[in-house]
Amino acid sequence: MTVLASSSSSSPLQFWGYFMDHRSEDLGWLWDHTWLSVLPVVIGLLIALPLGWLARRYRWVYPPMMSITGLLYTIPSIALFVLIPPIFGLGALDPKQVPIALTIYSVALLVRVVADGLASVSDETIQAATAIGYKPVGRLFRVELPIAVPVITAGLRVALVANVSIVAVAGTIGMSNLGQLFTQGFQQSTPDAYYPPIVLGIVLCVLLALVLDLSVQALNRLLTPWRRAVRT
Amino acid sequence: MIRFDSVTKRYPDGTVAVDELDLTAPSGKITVLVGPSGCGKTTSLRMINRMIEPTSGTIWLDDEDTAKIATHELRRKIGYVIQHAGLFPHRTIVDNIATVPYLLGWDKKKARSRSLELMERVGLPPHFAKRYPAQLSGGQQQRVGVARALAADPPVMLMDEPFSAVDPVVRDQLQAEFLRLQEEIGKTIVFVTHDIDEAIKLGDQVAVLRVGGHLAQLATPAELLTRPVDAFVAGFVGRDRGYRALGFSSAGTISTHQEQTAALGAPTPYGAENGPWILVVDEKQIPQGWLDLDGVKPGENVITDGMLYRGGTLATQGGTLRAALDAALSSPSGRGVVVDDAGALLGSITASEVLALIEGREREPQP
Ligand SMILES: Nc1ncnc2c1ncn2[C@@H]1O[C@H](COP(=O)(O)OP(=O)(O)O)[C@@H](O)[C@H]1O
Ligand SMILES: [Mg+2]
Repeated sequence: MTVLASSSSSSPLQFWGYFMDHRSEDLGWLWDHTWLSVLPVVIGLLIALPLGWLARRYRWVYPPMMSITGLLYTIPSIALFVLIPPIFGLGALDPKQVPIALTIYSVALLVRVVADGLASVSDETIQAATAIGYKPVGRLFRVELPIAVPVITAGLRVALVANVSIVAVAGTIGMSNLGQLFTQGFQQSTPDAYYPPIVLGIVLCVLLALVLDLSVQALNRLLTPWRRAVRT
Repeated sequence: MIRFDSVTKRYPDGTVAVDELDLTAPSGKITVLVGPSGCGKTTSLRMINRMIEPTSGTIWLDDEDTAKIATHELRRKIGYVIQHAGLFPHRTIVDNIATVPYLLGWDKKKARSRSLELMERVGLPPHFAKRYPAQLSGGQQQRVGVARALAADPPVMLMDEPFSAVDPVVRDQLQAEFLRLQEEIGKTIVFVTHDIDEAIKLGDQVAVLRVGGHLAQLATPAELLTRPVDAFVAGFVGRDRGYRALGFSSAGTISTHQEQTAALGAPTPYGAENGPWILVVDEKQIPQGWLDLDGVKPGENVITDGMLYRGGTLATQGGTLRAALDAALSSPSGRGVVVDDAGALLGSITASEVLALIEGREREPQP
């Protein structure tokens, strides 16, 4: 916070100039924001796959699993950030607490997505795969998961965009990410409102969410050529 | 050969789906399981490849107890075709068909060329290879299902109502092609259907099941029509049994009457020997239809397609009594048209002459 509010105009449209003045710091935050948004979704998916499979395989597991994951999602993010260090034995501002919290959110969201994705595979297809001689693991990876890809990627898009916004909240408790821009904006808004860092934070968050969303859509297209095949 | 040896299936909820079933499906033949919904057909079928485990009893595959074979190995030796085909939506047709060869570790090239060969066998054009299942009609998907089941040349095929979900015209076509294919490949087939007509058309032997999983009768189609063992089977086999049974009796060599004909494209004749109807043939003597001379002015018109009555069926020399009787009954002149194997006119026969043949044949049905 070495910058003085008076050194530039306080018009919201000055965010570009603000960015150019603090490029290296802002880019560092953007990078941190990116991996903080993406990595928990990747880890979350890896954890959600077996859990979602369980919820699909043993029908009685589904209702309690959905209740628990649904509850997890209702915990306010700021509370979760604060609760994680004591639970996981971390320092109050350990950099690991944010990815851990976001992984929990991602798992909570993706377990349902994986279970519903597997449920989207038709019974006939599963019967046929079994009758043909697939063992359960082969069937899961070669038949069920590939067919569940569209449902799962739809869930990934939601999880990623949600993470981009939750990460920003972590910035306000001092973690390195685009949320810092909002803290700066508030701190520099005394006595008069000073918008450029706040607008810059919003613009970069939206751009990041957009890029991540488009990447998942591209991945989905790559993995599901069969979905675009239309009857001729 | 597949042999059920007092096989019972009791589901956890207490339902007895199959009760002490003894049944042999001989090698190279089509055994049809038929019966009302819920009588245990699917359960019986799935116990063969152990998608469902029997509660008691043994199912033998040749001289091996299926319970002693690892399930995935057993299944890779048994082709399986179901209603709606159950194709893999994310794989192209060629890869769908090659699934079992891939699982068996064939190299990709060999698996694909096998797959293309099978596409041709089941009547799918080669340019379908790169399509996905969603791009095919129900009937085409069902052909892919059959090709996929045949890919690794398994000795046994299980088919669970494979043609039930397609429209009647396509079903007839698929059934006919299925019989032709079976002539070539001679698999041991267990075929499940709820449709008695399909059972009679396709089965070398037919097992009629009743609800509760009891075998009511095991017989050839002809036997089933002529000698149902009890009221249940008689009721299930349905009406017109006597008439349909004629479909399994050869008419022998029919002695026909010579039939006066007129040529398509020739002027309408001035009269006919036997009443107003005259048979119209083309230049190859292939019957085209009947012409009603009462409805046309003699000598003025040329005989065209549009003037012909085409409702009559044709009987082929050496065919069945049913075809002969139907030809006579469906002919507006009352004279059934008999043709040779090439479809050319031989002559005609009346319904009363066919009835005389029916009465004169050996009363005992030949199973
Ligand atoms: N998984 C199951 N649990 C309990 N009962 C079942 C199960 N599957 C089938 N049944 C019952 O077993 C009987 C036979 O079913 P099925 O073999 O599917 O008959 P079909 O194929 O002849 O219509 C029916 O009464 C059916 O309700
Ligand atoms: Mg059934």
